[in-house]
Amino acid sequence: MTATEELRMPVARTCPFSQPEQYVRMREDSALHRVQIPGGKQAWVAARHEEARQILGDRRFSSDRFLPNFPFLAEGGAAILTNAKQKAMIGMDAPEHGEARREVLGEFTVKRVEAMRPRIQEIVDGLIDELLAGPKPADLVEKLSLPVPSLVICELLGVPYGDHDYFQERTMALIRRSTSVEDRKKASEELRGYLGGLVTAKEKDPTDDLLGRQIVKRREEGTYDHDAMIGLAFLLLVAGHETTANMISLGTIGLLENPGQRATIEADPGKTLLAVEELLRYFTIVEGATARVATEDVEIGGVTIKAGEGVLVLGYAANWDPEVFESPEKLDLERGARHHVAFGFGPHQCLGQNLARMELQIVFDTLFRRIPTLTCTLPADQLPVKKDATIFGLYQLPVTW
Amino acid sequence: MKIIADTGKCVGAGQCVLTEPALFDQSEDDGTVIVLNDTPDGELIEKAREAVNICPSQALSLEE
Repeated sequence: MTATEELRMPVARTCPFSQPEQYVRMREDSALHRVQIPGGKQAWVAARHEEARQILGDRRFSSDRFLPNFPFLAEGGAAILTNAKQKAMIGMDAPEHGEARREVLGEFTVKRVEAMRPRIQEIVDGLIDELLAGPKPADLVEKLSLPVPSLVICELLGVPYGDHDYFQERTMALIRRSTSVEDRKKASEELRGYLGGLVTAKEKDPTDDLLGRQIVKRREEGTYDHDAMIGLAFLLLVAGHETTANMISLGTIGLLENPGQRATIEADPGKTLLAVEELLRYFTIVEGATARVATEDVEIGGVTIKAGEGVLVLGYAANWDPEVFESPEKLDLERGARHHVAFGFGPHQCLGQNLARMELQIVFDTLFRRIPTLTCTLPADQLPVKKDATIFGLYQLPVTW
Repeated sequence: MKIIADTGKCVGAGQCVLTEPALFDQSEDDGTVIVLNDTPDGELIEKAREAVNICPSQALSLEE
Protein backbone atom coordinates (compact mmCIF):
# COMPACT_ATOMS: atom_id res chain seq x y z
CA MET A 1 0.00 0.00 0.00
CA THR A 2 1.56 3.28 -1.04
CA ALA A 3 1.10 6.59 0.70
CA THR A 4 -0.72 8.00 -2.30
CA GLU A 5 -3.20 5.16 -2.63
CA GLU A 6 -6.56 6.33 -1.41
CA LEU A 7 -8.06 4.22 1.33
CA ARG A 8 -11.75 4.16 1.99
CA MET A 9 -13.59 3.18 5.13
CA PRO A 10 -15.65 1.28 6.03
CA VAL A 11 -14.31 -1.94 4.58
CA ALA A 12 -17.04 -4.56 4.16
CA ARG A 13 -16.41 -7.84 5.94
CA THR A 14 -17.70 -10.61 3.72
CA CYS A 15 -16.63 -13.74 5.62
CA PRO A 16 -16.83 -14.41 9.36
CA PHE A 17 -13.65 -16.52 9.17
CA SER A 18 -11.21 -14.25 7.38
CA GLN A 19 -10.14 -10.67 7.74
CA PRO A 20 -10.27 -8.09 4.93
CA GLU A 21 -6.99 -7.94 3.02
CA GLN A 22 -6.87 -4.16 3.58
CA TYR A 23 -6.58 -4.71 7.34
CA VAL A 24 -3.57 -6.99 6.93
CA ARG A 25 -1.86 -4.46 4.68
CA MET A 26 -2.69 -1.51 6.89
CA ARG A 27 -1.26 -3.22 9.98
CA GLU A 28 1.92 -4.22 8.17
CA ASP A 29 2.38 -0.85 6.55
CA SER A 30 2.29 1.68 9.37
CA ALA A 31 0.63 2.36 12.69
CA LEU A 32 -1.77 5.00 11.38
CA HIS A 33 -3.38 5.70 8.02
CA ARG A 34 -5.21 8.60 6.48
CA VAL A 35 -8.47 7.35 4.94
CA GLN A 36 -11.59 8.64 3.29
CA ILE A 37 -14.85 8.11 5.18
CA PRO A 38 -18.53 8.49 4.17
CA GLY A 39 -19.58 12.05 3.43
CA GLY A 40 -16.30 12.80 1.62
CA LYS A 41 -14.42 13.48 4.86
CA GLN A 42 -11.05 12.21 5.98
CA ALA A 43 -10.00 10.51 9.18
CA TRP A 44 -7.11 8.58 10.68
CA VAL A 45 -7.34 4.83 11.13
CA ALA A 46 -5.49 2.77 13.74
CA ALA A 47 -5.31 -0.95 12.95
CA ARG A 48 -2.70 -2.24 15.41
CA HIS A 49 -3.41 -3.40 18.95
CA GLU A 50 -0.92 -1.13 20.70
CA GLU A 51 -2.10 2.13 19.14
CA ALA A 52 -5.74 1.03 19.48
CA ARG A 53 -5.30 0.79 23.27
CA GLN A 54 -3.26 4.00 23.38
CA ILE A 55 -5.91 6.04 21.58
CA LEU A 56 -8.90 4.59 23.42
CA GLY A 57 -7.18 5.07 26.77
CA ASP A 58 -6.12 8.65 26.09
CA ARG A 59 -8.54 11.32 27.29
CA ARG A 60 -7.21 13.79 24.73
CA PHE A 61 -9.46 11.94 22.26
CA SER A 62 -13.10 12.96 22.50
CA SER A 63 -16.20 10.80 22.00
CA ASP A 64 -18.42 13.83 21.35
CA ARG A 65 -20.50 13.04 18.29
CA PHE A 66 -21.42 16.71 17.89
CA LEU A 67 -17.80 17.65 17.01
CA PRO A 68 -17.54 18.63 13.32
CA ASN A 69 -15.03 15.95 12.29
CA PHE A 70 -16.50 13.05 14.25
CA PRO A 71 -15.88 10.08 11.91
CA PHE A 72 -19.20 8.31 11.37
CA LEU A 73 -18.96 5.04 9.43
CA ALA A 74 -22.35 5.52 7.82
CA GLU A 75 -23.56 8.52 5.87
CA GLY A 76 -26.15 10.41 7.87
CA GLY A 77 -24.64 9.36 11.18
CA ALA A 78 -24.71 12.99 12.24
CA ALA A 79 -28.27 13.50 11.02
CA ILE A 80 -29.79 11.78 14.03
CA LEU A 81 -28.09 14.24 16.35
CA THR A 82 -30.64 16.97 16.70
CA ASN A 83 -30.46 18.09 20.28
CA ALA A 84 -27.39 18.22 22.52
CA LYS A 85 -29.63 17.43 25.49
CA GLN A 86 -30.23 14.00 23.97
CA LYS A 87 -26.54 13.17 24.20
CA ALA A 88 -26.02 9.63 25.47
CA MET A 89 -23.15 8.37 27.61
CA ILE A 90 -21.36 6.97 24.54
CA GLY A 91 -20.93 10.53 23.23
CA MET A 92 -19.79 12.20 26.44
CA ASP A 93 -16.31 13.06 27.72
CA ALA A 94 -14.88 13.38 31.23
CA PRO A 95 -16.05 14.52 33.70
CA GLU A 96 -19.65 14.38 32.39
CA HIS A 97 -19.14 10.82 31.13
CA GLY A 98 -17.80 9.47 34.43
CA GLU A 99 -20.73 10.97 36.33
CA ALA A 100 -23.30 9.53 33.93
CA ARG A 101 -21.61 6.13 33.98
CA ARG A 102 -21.47 5.98 37.76
CA GLU A 103 -25.19 6.72 37.99
CA VAL A 104 -25.98 3.43 36.31
CA LEU A 105 -22.86 1.33 37.04
CA GLY A 106 -24.38 -0.34 40.10
CA GLU A 107 -26.74 -2.19 37.74
CA PHE A 108 -23.82 -3.75 35.83
CA THR A 109 -21.26 -4.82 38.43
CA VAL A 110 -19.95 -8.38 38.25
CA LYS A 111 -22.05 -9.32 41.32
CA ARG A 112 -25.27 -7.75 40.04
CA VAL A 113 -24.88 -9.50 36.70
CA GLU A 114 -24.12 -12.80 38.45
CA ALA A 115 -27.44 -12.46 40.29
CA MET A 116 -29.19 -12.51 36.90
CA ARG A 117 -27.70 -15.91 35.99
CA PRO A 118 -30.66 -18.13 37.03
CA ARG A 119 -33.16 -16.00 35.08
CA ILE A 120 -30.95 -15.91 31.97
CA GLN A 121 -30.53 -19.70 32.16
CA GLU A 122 -34.33 -20.02 32.37
CA ILE A 123 -34.75 -17.79 29.30
CA VAL A 124 -32.20 -19.80 27.29
CA ASP A 125 -33.72 -23.14 28.35
CA GLY A 126 -37.23 -21.95 27.47
CA LEU A 127 -36.15 -20.82 23.98
CA ILE A 128 -34.31 -24.10 23.34
CA ASP A 129 -37.45 -26.01 24.44
CA GLU A 130 -39.43 -24.03 21.85
CA LEU A 131 -36.78 -24.58 19.18
CA LEU A 132 -36.78 -28.35 19.76
CA ALA A 133 -40.60 -28.48 19.73
CA GLY A 134 -40.78 -26.56 16.44
CA PRO A 135 -40.10 -27.52 12.82
CA LYS A 136 -36.62 -28.12 11.45
CA PRO A 137 -34.62 -26.73 9.86
CA ALA A 138 -35.03 -23.55 11.88
CA ASP A 139 -33.40 -20.13 11.83
CA LEU A 140 -31.29 -19.85 14.96
CA VAL A 141 -31.14 -16.04 14.66
CA GLU A 142 -34.93 -15.83 14.96
CA LYS A 143 -35.33 -18.62 17.53
CA LEU A 144 -32.40 -17.96 19.85
CA SER A 145 -29.76 -15.34 18.96
CA LEU A 146 -32.13 -12.35 18.96
CA PRO A 147 -34.68 -13.38 21.60
CA VAL A 148 -32.10 -14.20 24.31
CA PRO A 149 -30.53 -10.72 24.58
CA SER A 150 -33.81 -8.98 23.69
CA LEU A 151 -35.67 -10.70 26.53
CA VAL A 152 -32.79 -10.04 28.93
CA ILE A 153 -32.44 -6.33 28.12
CA CYS A 154 -36.24 -5.84 28.06
CA GLU A 155 -36.59 -7.36 31.52
CA LEU A 156 -33.62 -5.43 32.86
CA LEU A 157 -34.78 -2.07 31.49
CA GLY A 158 -38.49 -2.66 31.91
CA VAL A 159 -39.37 -2.50 28.19
CA PRO A 160 -42.32 -4.71 27.08
CA TYR A 161 -40.86 -7.62 25.07
CA GLY A 162 -44.09 -7.68 23.02
CA ASP A 163 -42.78 -4.54 21.28
CA HIS A 164 -39.60 -6.25 20.08
CA ASP A 165 -40.51 -6.18 16.38
CA TYR A 166 -40.93 -2.41 16.63
CA PHE A 167 -37.56 -1.68 18.23
CA GLN A 168 -35.63 -4.38 16.35
CA GLU A 169 -36.76 -3.06 12.95
CA ARG A 170 -35.67 0.45 13.90
CA THR A 171 -32.37 -0.74 15.35
CA MET A 172 -31.59 -2.57 12.10
CA ALA A 173 -32.38 0.59 10.12
CA LEU A 174 -29.92 2.50 12.32
CA ILE A 175 -27.05 0.04 11.94
CA ARG A 176 -27.51 -0.65 8.21
CA ARG A 177 -25.09 1.58 6.32
CA SER A 178 -27.34 1.72 3.26
CA THR A 179 -30.19 3.34 5.22
CA SER A 180 -30.86 6.78 3.72
CA VAL A 181 -30.22 9.85 5.84
CA GLU A 182 -33.98 10.48 5.94
CA ASP A 183 -34.85 6.94 7.03
CA ARG A 184 -32.08 6.94 9.62
CA LYS A 185 -33.52 10.08 11.15
CA LYS A 186 -37.03 8.61 11.04
CA ALA A 187 -35.95 5.35 12.73
CA SER A 188 -34.15 7.29 15.45
CA GLU A 189 -37.09 9.63 16.06
CA GLU A 190 -39.58 6.75 16.18
CA LEU A 191 -37.48 4.79 18.63
CA ARG A 192 -36.97 7.88 20.75
CA GLY A 193 -40.71 8.58 20.64
CA TYR A 194 -41.48 5.02 21.71
CA LEU A 195 -39.02 5.17 24.61
CA GLY A 196 -40.27 8.65 25.51
CA GLY A 197 -43.75 7.23 26.07
CA LEU A 198 -42.32 4.44 28.17
CA VAL A 199 -40.23 6.82 30.30
CA THR A 200 -43.25 9.11 30.82
CA ALA A 201 -45.30 6.13 32.05
CA LYS A 202 -42.52 5.14 34.46
CA GLU A 203 -42.27 8.72 35.74
CA LYS A 204 -45.91 8.41 36.85
CA ASP A 205 -45.52 4.89 38.18
CA PRO A 206 -41.84 3.94 38.70
CA THR A 207 -41.61 0.16 38.27
CA ASP A 208 -38.84 -2.00 39.79
CA ASP A 209 -36.60 -2.20 36.73
CA LEU A 210 -33.52 -0.29 35.65
CA LEU A 211 -35.40 2.68 34.18
CA GLY A 212 -37.83 2.86 37.12
CA ARG A 213 -35.00 2.61 39.66
CA GLN A 214 -32.97 5.29 37.86
CA ILE A 215 -35.96 7.66 37.82
CA VAL A 216 -36.45 7.25 41.59
CA LYS A 217 -32.71 7.52 42.34
CA ARG A 218 -32.14 10.62 40.21
CA ARG A 219 -35.23 12.36 41.55
CA GLU A 220 -33.94 11.82 45.09
CA GLU A 221 -30.56 13.25 44.04
CA GLY A 222 -32.29 16.13 42.29
CA THR A 223 -30.56 15.29 38.97
CA TYR A 224 -33.50 13.80 37.08
CA ASP A 225 -33.79 14.75 33.42
CA HIS A 226 -36.46 13.31 31.11
CA ASP A 227 -34.38 13.61 27.91
CA ALA A 228 -31.31 12.06 29.56
CA MET A 229 -33.43 9.08 30.66
CA ILE A 230 -34.63 8.56 27.08
CA GLY A 231 -31.01 8.77 25.91
CA LEU A 232 -30.01 6.11 28.44
CA ALA A 233 -32.91 3.83 27.48
CA PHE A 234 -32.08 4.27 23.78
CA LEU A 235 -28.40 3.43 24.25
CA LEU A 236 -28.96 0.41 26.48
CA LEU A 237 -31.77 -1.01 24.35
CA VAL A 238 -29.92 -0.67 21.04
CA ALA A 239 -26.52 -1.74 22.41
CA GLY A 240 -28.04 -4.49 24.53
CA HIS A 241 -29.66 -6.77 21.97
CA GLU A 242 -28.23 -6.47 18.46
CA THR A 243 -24.61 -6.88 19.61
CA THR A 244 -25.08 -9.99 21.73
CA ALA A 245 -27.43 -11.50 19.14
CA ASN A 246 -24.70 -11.30 16.51
CA MET A 247 -22.12 -12.77 18.86
CA ILE A 248 -24.46 -15.71 19.60
CA SER A 249 -24.91 -16.43 15.87
CA LEU A 250 -21.25 -16.02 14.98
CA GLY A 251 -20.03 -17.89 18.06
CA THR A 252 -22.35 -20.78 17.23
CA ILE A 253 -21.10 -21.09 13.66
CA GLY A 254 -17.54 -20.66 14.93
CA LEU A 255 -18.00 -23.61 17.27
CA LEU A 256 -19.86 -25.70 14.66
CA GLU A 257 -17.00 -25.19 12.20
CA ASN A 258 -14.37 -26.07 14.81
CA PRO A 259 -15.63 -29.29 16.44
CA GLY A 260 -12.25 -30.00 18.04
CA GLN A 261 -12.35 -26.65 19.79
CA ARG A 262 -15.97 -27.13 20.80
CA ALA A 263 -15.00 -30.44 22.42
CA THR A 264 -12.74 -28.59 24.87
CA ILE A 265 -15.63 -26.66 26.39
CA GLU A 266 -18.01 -29.61 26.23
CA ALA A 267 -15.53 -31.66 28.24
CA ASP A 268 -15.04 -28.88 30.76
CA PRO A 269 -17.71 -26.12 30.97
CA GLY A 270 -15.39 -24.35 33.42
CA LYS A 271 -13.46 -23.25 30.32
CA THR A 272 -16.39 -21.57 28.59
CA LEU A 273 -15.89 -18.13 30.11
CA LEU A 274 -12.34 -17.93 28.74
CA ALA A 275 -13.54 -19.45 25.45
CA VAL A 276 -16.06 -16.60 25.16
CA GLU A 277 -13.13 -14.11 25.26
CA GLU A 278 -11.59 -15.84 22.24
CA LEU A 279 -14.90 -15.79 20.36
CA LEU A 280 -15.22 -12.08 21.14
CA ARG A 281 -11.68 -11.47 19.87
CA TYR A 282 -12.13 -13.63 16.79
CA PHE A 283 -15.38 -12.05 15.57
CA THR A 284 -15.10 -8.48 17.02
CA ILE A 285 -18.46 -7.25 15.72
CA VAL A 286 -18.47 -3.53 16.65
CA GLU A 287 -16.30 -0.90 14.97
CA GLY A 288 -18.22 2.37 14.87
CA ALA A 289 -18.27 2.80 18.66
CA THR A 290 -14.52 3.36 18.84
CA ALA A 291 -14.41 6.55 16.78
CA ARG A 292 -12.83 9.63 18.36
CA VAL A 293 -11.77 13.23 17.64
CA ALA A 294 -8.45 14.63 18.90
CA THR A 295 -8.94 17.64 21.19
CA GLU A 296 -5.27 18.65 20.93
CA ASP A 297 -2.27 17.59 18.84
CA VAL A 298 -1.33 14.05 19.91
CA GLU A 299 1.59 11.96 18.70
CA ILE A 300 0.64 8.32 18.21
CA GLY A 301 2.63 5.68 16.35
CA GLY A 302 5.07 8.24 14.96
CA VAL A 303 2.51 10.64 13.47
CA THR A 304 0.87 13.72 14.87
CA ILE A 305 -2.90 13.65 14.95
CA LYS A 306 -3.89 17.29 14.90
CA ALA A 307 -6.52 18.83 17.15
CA GLY A 308 -9.92 18.43 15.51
CA GLU A 309 -9.03 15.42 13.35
CA GLY A 310 -11.10 12.24 13.52
CA VAL A 311 -9.71 8.79 14.33
CA LEU A 312 -11.24 5.37 13.78
CA VAL A 313 -9.90 2.55 15.92
CA LEU A 314 -10.41 -0.75 14.13
CA GLY A 315 -10.99 -3.13 17.00
CA TYR A 316 -11.30 -6.10 14.69
CA ALA A 317 -7.97 -5.39 12.97
CA ALA A 318 -6.36 -4.83 16.40
CA ASN A 319 -7.74 -8.14 17.65
CA TRP A 320 -6.15 -9.92 14.68
CA ASP A 321 -2.76 -8.27 15.23
CA PRO A 322 -0.25 -11.16 14.99
CA GLU A 323 2.20 -9.22 17.20
CA VAL A 324 -0.24 -9.73 20.07
CA PHE A 325 -2.29 -12.81 19.13
CA GLU A 326 -0.19 -15.53 17.50
CA SER A 327 -1.85 -16.98 14.37
CA PRO A 328 -4.88 -14.73 14.89
CA GLU A 329 -6.84 -16.53 12.17
CA LYS A 330 -6.89 -19.66 14.35
CA LEU A 331 -9.82 -19.95 16.73
CA ASP A 332 -8.08 -21.16 19.87
CA LEU A 333 -10.48 -21.25 22.81
CA GLU A 334 -7.69 -21.76 25.31
CA ARG A 335 -5.35 -19.01 24.12
CA GLY A 336 -6.25 -16.58 26.92
CA ALA A 337 -7.48 -13.61 24.87
CA ARG A 338 -8.68 -11.39 27.69
CA HIS A 339 -6.69 -8.39 26.49
CA HIS A 340 -8.77 -8.14 23.28
CA VAL A 341 -10.51 -4.84 22.51
CA ALA A 342 -13.85 -6.26 21.32
CA PHE A 343 -15.60 -4.25 24.06
CA GLY A 344 -13.39 -1.26 23.36
CA PHE A 345 -10.81 0.02 25.84
CA GLY A 346 -10.47 3.10 28.02
CA PRO A 347 -13.20 4.89 29.95
CA HIS A 348 -15.90 3.98 27.42
CA GLN A 349 -15.28 0.24 27.51
CA CYS A 350 -18.69 -1.46 27.14
CA LEU A 351 -20.88 -0.97 30.21
CA GLY A 352 -22.79 -4.19 29.57
CA GLN A 353 -19.76 -6.39 28.89
CA ASN A 354 -20.23 -8.70 31.88
CA LEU A 355 -23.89 -9.20 31.04
CA ALA A 356 -22.90 -10.06 27.46
CA ARG A 357 -20.22 -12.49 28.68
CA MET A 358 -22.73 -14.28 30.86
CA GLU A 359 -25.37 -14.54 28.13
CA LEU A 360 -22.79 -16.00 25.74
CA GLN A 361 -21.41 -18.40 28.33
CA ILE A 362 -24.88 -19.73 29.19
CA VAL A 363 -25.96 -19.99 25.54
CA PHE A 364 -22.89 -21.93 24.37
CA ASP A 365 -22.90 -24.26 27.38
CA THR A 366 -26.62 -24.96 27.10
CA LEU A 367 -27.01 -25.11 23.32
CA PHE A 368 -24.42 -27.81 22.63
CA ARG A 369 -25.27 -29.80 25.77
CA ARG A 370 -28.95 -29.91 24.87
CA ILE A 371 -28.58 -30.26 21.09
CA PRO A 372 -25.32 -32.16 20.53
CA THR A 373 -26.34 -33.00 16.94
CA LEU A 374 -26.81 -29.32 15.96
CA THR A 375 -25.60 -28.60 12.41
CA CYS A 376 -25.82 -25.69 10.01
CA THR A 377 -27.71 -26.52 6.78
CA LEU A 378 -25.64 -24.12 4.67
CA PRO A 379 -21.90 -24.14 3.97
CA ALA A 380 -20.38 -21.44 6.20
CA ASP A 381 -19.25 -19.37 3.20
CA GLN A 382 -22.85 -19.11 1.96
CA LEU A 383 -24.33 -17.70 5.17
CA PRO A 384 -25.97 -14.27 4.77
CA VAL A 385 -23.52 -11.98 6.57
CA LYS A 386 -24.25 -8.39 7.59
CA LYS A 387 -21.60 -6.91 5.35
CA ASP A 388 -23.65 -3.70 5.07
CA ALA A 389 -24.03 -3.04 8.79
CA THR A 390 -21.98 -1.14 11.35
CA ILE A 391 -22.39 -4.16 13.66
CA PHE A 392 -21.20 -7.35 11.98
CA GLY A 393 -23.21 -10.55 12.20
CA LEU A 394 -25.50 -12.98 10.40
CA TYR A 395 -28.98 -12.26 9.04
CA GLN A 396 -29.88 -15.94 9.33
CA LEU A 397 -28.34 -19.12 10.66
CA PRO A 398 -30.32 -22.11 9.35
CA VAL A 399 -29.80 -25.14 11.58
CA THR A 400 -31.09 -28.65 11.99
CA TRP A 401 -30.43 -31.43 14.52
CA MET B 1 4.54 -5.47 45.85
CA LYS B 2 1.58 -3.21 46.49
CA ILE B 3 -1.59 -2.68 44.42
CA ILE B 4 -2.54 0.98 43.97
CA ALA B 5 -6.10 1.76 42.86
CA ASP B 6 -7.26 5.17 41.66
CA THR B 7 -11.04 5.14 42.15
CA GLY B 8 -11.26 8.53 40.46
CA LYS B 9 -10.11 6.92 37.21
CA CYS B 10 -12.06 3.66 37.68
CA VAL B 11 -14.97 3.13 35.26
CA GLY B 12 -16.26 -0.01 36.94
CA ALA B 13 -15.73 -2.43 34.05
CA GLY B 14 -15.17 -5.14 36.66
CA GLN B 15 -12.28 -6.73 34.79
CA CYS B 16 -10.17 -6.90 37.97
CA VAL B 17 -12.97 -8.75 39.80
CA LEU B 18 -13.24 -11.21 36.92
CA THR B 19 -9.46 -11.69 37.02
CA GLU B 20 -9.18 -12.36 40.76
CA PRO B 21 -12.11 -12.02 43.17
CA ALA B 22 -9.74 -12.68 46.09
CA LEU B 23 -7.99 -9.37 45.35
CA PHE B 24 -10.75 -7.12 44.01
CA ASP B 25 -14.39 -6.25 44.52
CA GLN B 26 -16.69 -3.46 43.31
CA SER B 27 -18.53 -0.89 45.38
CA GLU B 28 -22.27 -1.62 45.38
CA ASP B 29 -22.94 2.08 45.26
CA ASP B 30 -20.99 3.29 42.22
CA GLY B 31 -19.27 0.14 40.93
CA THR B 32 -15.73 1.41 41.49
CA VAL B 33 -12.89 -0.87 42.55
CA ILE B 34 -12.33 -2.05 46.12
CA VAL B 35 -8.94 -3.67 46.76
CA LEU B 36 -9.46 -6.55 49.19
CA ASN B 37 -5.76 -7.37 49.56
CA ASP B 38 -3.23 -4.80 48.38
CA THR B 39 -0.11 -6.88 49.11
CA PRO B 40 -0.59 -10.12 47.16
CA ASP B 41 1.91 -12.96 47.25
CA GLY B 42 2.44 -16.30 45.52
CA GLU B 43 0.16 -16.97 42.55
CA LEU B 44 -1.83 -13.84 43.28
CA ILE B 45 1.09 -11.67 42.10
CA GLU B 46 0.57 -12.87 38.53
CA LYS B 47 -3.18 -12.26 38.84
CA ALA B 48 -2.52 -8.70 40.03
CA ARG B 49 -0.30 -8.10 36.98
CA GLU B 50 -3.01 -9.44 34.67
CA ALA B 51 -5.61 -7.18 36.28
CA VAL B 52 -3.36 -4.14 35.80
CA ASN B 53 -2.81 -5.02 32.14
CA ILE B 54 -6.50 -5.55 31.42
CA CYS B 55 -7.95 -2.59 33.37
CA PRO B 56 -9.45 -0.39 30.61
CA SER B 57 -9.18 2.89 32.49
CA GLN B 58 -5.64 2.33 33.80
CA ALA B 59 -6.96 2.83 37.31
CA LEU B 60 -4.71 0.07 38.70
CA SER B 61 -0.95 0.12 39.10
CA LEU B 62 1.71 -1.79 41.02
CA GLU B 63 4.38 -0.50 43.35
CA GLU B 64 7.17 -3.07 43.03
